[in-house]
Amino acid sequence: MSVGHAETAITQPAAARRRAPRTAVGGVGPIGLGVATLWLSIIVLLPLAAMVAKALEGGVGELWDAMTAPAAVAALEFTIAASAVVTVINVVVGTLIAWVLVRDDFRGKRLVDAVIDLPFALPTIVASIVLLALYGPRSPVGLHLFATKPAVIIALLFVTLPFVVRSVQPVLMEADREAEQAAASLGAGNWTIFRRIVLPALVPTLLSGAGLAFARALGEYGSVVLIGGGIPHDTEVSSQYIAKQVETDRATAAAAVSVSLLLVAFAVLVLLRLVAKRSMRHEVTG
Amino acid sequence: MTVGTRSRLTLRTLALSYLFVLVLVPLGMILYRTFEHGLVAFWESITTPAAISAISMSLTIVAIVVPLNVCFGVVTALALARGRFPGRGIVQAIVDLPFAISPVIVGVSLLLLWGVNGWFGGLADAGFQVIFSLPGMVLATLFVTLPFVVREVEPVLHEIGDEQEQAAATLGASRWQTFWRITLPAIRWGLAYGIVLTVARALGEFGAVTVVAGGVPGQSQTLTLLVHSRYIDDQNTFGAYAAATTLMGLALVTLLLMTVLNRKREAA
Repeated sequence: MSVGHAETAITQPAAARRRAPRTAVGGVGPIGLGVATLWLSIIVLLPLAAMVAKALEGGVGELWDAMTAPAAVAALEFTIAASAVVTVINVVVGTLIAWVLVRDDFRGKRLVDAVIDLPFALPTIVASIVLLALYGPRSPVGLHLFATKPAVIIALLFVTLPFVVRSVQPVLMEADREAEQAAASLGAGNWTIFRRIVLPALVPTLLSGAGLAFARALGEYGSVVLIGGGIPHDTEVSSQYIAKQVETDRATAAAAVSVSLLLVAFAVLVLLRLVAKRSMRHEVTG
Repeated sequence: MTVGTRSRLTLRTLALSYLFVLVLVPLGMILYRTFEHGLVAFWESITTPAAISAISMSLTIVAIVVPLNVCFGVVTALALARGRFPGRGIVQAIVDLPFAISPVIVGVSLLLLWGVNGWFGGLADAGFQVIFSLPGMVLATLFVTLPFVVREVEPVLHEIGDEQEQAAATLGASRWQTFWRITLPAIRWGLAYGIVLTVARALGEFGAVTVVAGGVPGQSQTLTLLVHSRYIDDQNTFGAYAAATTLMGLALVTLLLMTVLNRKREAA
């Protein structure tokens, strides 16, 4: 091995010399890398480590007890269920909106396109206030959704709107229209074309968009806090449960539920990555 | 797929109605509620001492967070795009971590690290208070906004490659000169986009900041916390709407900048 290396070094000195500055130029060198790592550690990793350490402070038994407290479980179940519902709605409606924005043409389309980004730009607490103005106690349309489950769903739909639309849009733009035309000329109906040609191309991006929307919905706090009411065993989401534990000085319980919420989020993201990889492989082999 | 006129109109109506009901109607509603008593009432509500101090607190946080994120974000992006080192995948994952973590968990984590009983609790005893004051709010905002600059700059660095940088180095430019004359001009639109996203998130962050801020009016209250406390603690619905509309105005400016920068970036 080492002989081989020496040989290459001798026979190709020019290439080696050309490659030598490559790692240094434009890069930040070991000092820059150290600075970046230190920065990430102080800002992101250390706080999370302190949180996990706090959760494990009293041993695994205590952690399990805090995780499985009835109100904590109820909150986590509702959070996951609400996020799942919101993700499914987003996949269907988001694809529809993306399709209309790419394939349809009408006046004001660019304005509609800008509206999609609005939930990203709008602070979450404003989203909560905005929804309260419409569905709260002084609702002008007679819909009193304050502190109900539908209110939480609507708030989550509002903040997750851009994810699926923005992931599907570019893929639809580059979609193979010739294949669609060929299918149409062979007598395939629109639904068949969508199912057999458009949808398979969209699957990987749909999954990643859905994953982002789901992760966002799982952790959402600001938009839910006012409109949801935070009623334990009913409309309380995990973030609210955690915030309440902190307010009542139960840091260990807060840390424990934070760990379970994080575990769910990571499990979903890992699962989606695996599924996306598989569907991509299918595309290549099939 | 050649969709007939009728089904195309149906799909368009469905999509637009969804957006209309979910986004535009509530926005219109809050604008109406804010301005139904006239502009003067709105102006008075957002120029109370508490409101002004909240606005300046939000702007102070932005003024601290943006330069820090730009410096360290660009260094991190350069390290990720140009460097080949073991553990690069892990660093990539850490950069994305804040996207996957609930803001409340961010707040709790900071509390447990910097709080009185936390790992660095000694700092508070020494008189440097992090939690319930500005440093804590800055740390919370840094956490949630960390990915933006890195994620906008890194792809641009990949795209431009390092040939020009190498040419500059060959011609005798120092590393610093190469960065200022070659790299920075090339990444400027991506960087600007990252800054706009950072500003928007920094102004709008609520969950993480609310846990680490005491929410003392005039001391550790940002504009988002003001919206919440006016609605919940003061039962001042109109005041909350007025403050929310102010934030919304800032968000609209952000959105406008995002659209403009996106076009510049694509043209570049």
